[in-house]
Amino acid sequence: MNKTPLLEIEDLHARVCDKEIIKGFSLTINEGEVHAIMGPNGAGKSTLSYVLCGKPGYEVTAGSIRFRGKNLLSMSPEERAREGVFLCMQYPVEIPGVPTATFLKHAVNAIRQHHCLPELDTMEFLKMVREEGKKLGIDAEMIKRPVNVGFSGGEKKRLETLQMSILKPALSILDEADSGLDIDALKVVAEGVNALRDGRRSMLVITHYQRLLNYIVPDFVHVFAEGHIVKSGDKNLALELEEKGYAEFVREK
Amino acid sequence: MADKPQIIDESGDKYKYGFVTDIKADTAPRGLNEDIIRLISQKKGEPEWLLERRLKAFEFWKTMTEPSWAKLVYDKIDYQNLSYYSAPRQKAAPKSLDEVDPELLETYEKLGIPLKEQEVLAGVVAVDAVFDSVSVATTYRAKLAEKGIIFCSISEAVKEHPELVQKYLGSVVPYTDNFFACLNSAVFSDGSFVYIPKGTRCPMELSTYFRINAKNTGQFERTLIIADDDSYVSYLEGCTAPQRDENQLHAAIVEIVVLNNAEVKYSTVQNWYPGDKDGKGGVYNFVTKRAACRGINAKVSWTQVETGSAVTWKYPSCVLQGDNSSGEFYSVALTNNRQQADTGTKMIHIGRNTTSKIISKGISAGCSNQTYRGLVKVAPGASGVRNYSQCDSLLIGDTCGSHTVPYIENRNKTAVIEHEATTSKISDEQLFYCRQRGIGEEEAVSLIVNGFCKEVMQHLPMEFAIEAAKLINISLEGSVG
Repeated sequence: MNKTPLLEIEDLHARVCDKEIIKGFSLTINEGEVHAIMGPNGAGKSTLSYVLCGKPGYEVTAGSIRFRGKNLLSMSPEERAREGVFLCMQYPVEIPGVPTATFLKHAVNAIRQHHCLPELDTMEFLKMVREEGKKLGIDAEMIKRPVNVGFSGGEKKRLETLQMSILKPALSILDEADSGLDIDALKVVAEGVNALRDGRRSMLVITHYQRLLNYIVPDFVHVFAEGHIVKSGDKNLALELEEKGYAEFVREK
Repeated sequence: MADKPQIIDESGDKYKYGFVTDIKADTAPRGLNEDIIRLISQKKGEPEWLLERRLKAFEFWKTMTEPSWAKLVYDKIDYQNLSYYSAPRQKAAPKSLDEVDPELLETYEKLGIPLKEQEVLAGVVAVDAVFDSVSVATTYRAKLAEKGIIFCSISEAVKEHPELVQKYLGSVVPYTDNFFACLNSAVFSDGSFVYIPKGTRCPMELSTYFRINAKNTGQFERTLIIADDDSYVSYLEGCTAPQRDENQLHAAIVEIVVLNNAEVKYSTVQNWYPGDKDGKGGVYNFVTKRAACRGINAKVSWTQVETGSAVTWKYPSCVLQGDNSSGEFYSVALTNNRQQADTGTKMIHIGRNTTSKIISKGISAGCSNQTYRGLVKVAPGASGVRNYSQCDSLLIGDTCGSHTVPYIENRNKTAVIEHEATTSKISDEQLFYCRQRGIGEEEAVSLIVNGFCKEVMQHLPMEFAIEAAKLINISLEGSVG
């Protein structure tokens, strides 16, 4: 199989508030691959996702990240998003008064503009949202409401999934996509994510529990502890972790 | 009418002000005294009764002191160092748009103002040059006249409808009301007059006309609107394009009289020059706006979007005299850089079963400071009163300030008064969320701000609302990063 690298992380070091969290992290994700990163709480999993997206306050002190060969670290958060990095957030934030449709239309058109595509007008945009919603089994009516305001945990995750489907990122990072979800909501989200697997899009699934990986089956599983990858394997590694826990990877403190 | 030359002579300082012979410039010399007031009145060819009113106001004004209770800090105004007649347009008008400040043109561009109109706004051409001889104004007026609606300047109204002006002018805001209103009563330049006869619904928003004509109404504007029984009018004041007014001090009065079952909607977009980033220059805007709901079931609503001026002092109010009358106040005030705004409303409940609603949205950015100041007052005889107030403040950055000062004076125990207030910040999390979806930082801020104001903006007429939203975006520029 001819592999094209999408994301190449080399010896990454990063800190938050002067505390080094990521310590020598390396990982390559090729097009179409789904990688899972598992690890104990506090290992820096969420930090990794924020560093990838350029969240202010997360400082990279060493190492490099290339995305389609471009230096990701020199880009602003919005540029990274336009290039195709999407973060499905663990706790999506509420934006009162801003209809989700308006928000999403701005996002879609910002990305289209970046790729020199004509902007979508309201009719075209709504048509696309409805179609994508239908594909994922998500009721697109939710876009009439203000962004995430009064959404249940399940609704928030569904909206994240819908956005992922509409914005068509090359790399989707799912940060604890299963947190706060009951099993039914989890299935909807997982099915949505699976519907987006087309052999070209790549995913980085960050999770504490193996449960999610029953529904989103990864090509690779990595154990993340103390700031870097301590073990890599295939989907069976996740099952092993489920059984044994993370104890063997965490130093006694 | 006043006997002009004699009056000037009586002053004994005939040449001191030098305006008698050389009136080409049409600008009064600096300073405020009885002669100046007589000059204004004379220039406008006013009847004696109006001159007397002006002089009475001036006498009273001399006994007043400038209020200092507002949370505003500005250089002391030297009232003797201002010109009180036809003060604007002192500099030569630009000959073409090429001579106009490119920054200003850029803003017109962003607002989508048509080229022809840009020329008018920038003062390149006179209104008539753009809107041909059968001017827009005349066309409108003929159409309105068919319905008996009077829409003209206050000066014209004084001459042509003296009975209405005499009856209502100063009846809502008496000259004794406050320092700035008193000053206006003495020296007001011009403004609009509207009369909607009984049972008439004004067929159009009184807007375009005003947009064109408002340009030179000057610093002491005076507006009077009368809605007779069972009538309706929607009035739009202001212009969404920024106006580089050279005058530092603005002190306007708007009076609205609403009779039985009548309704008036008054919308304002105010964006006078706010001064530069360091707070240099900019307009001081001290406005008294008040509506009296005199009839039963009378209804008035104020909607304002305030983005301009260096200093804003403004409290559009409703005096709810008629039983079942209602007053509404919807406000968005945005301050950036070193702007200061002390604004709010007064709802005075006198009639029975009167209702009022206040929705105020304040946005502060940069080093600006903003205060919501509102009064809800219920008279002893006003039973069954209902009031709902909501004051929300949004802070952008950490160098601005926002304050809420609600006053409630209730003298009737049947009243139901509700007040809600919130203060929030555009959070880093919200900004990051938008940016993670590809939306640039400034666009994200304006998206969030527009969401915050939506409840108010939806009360503006459609076209006005779109421009006002754009204006807010422009006013926010440079507030992040």
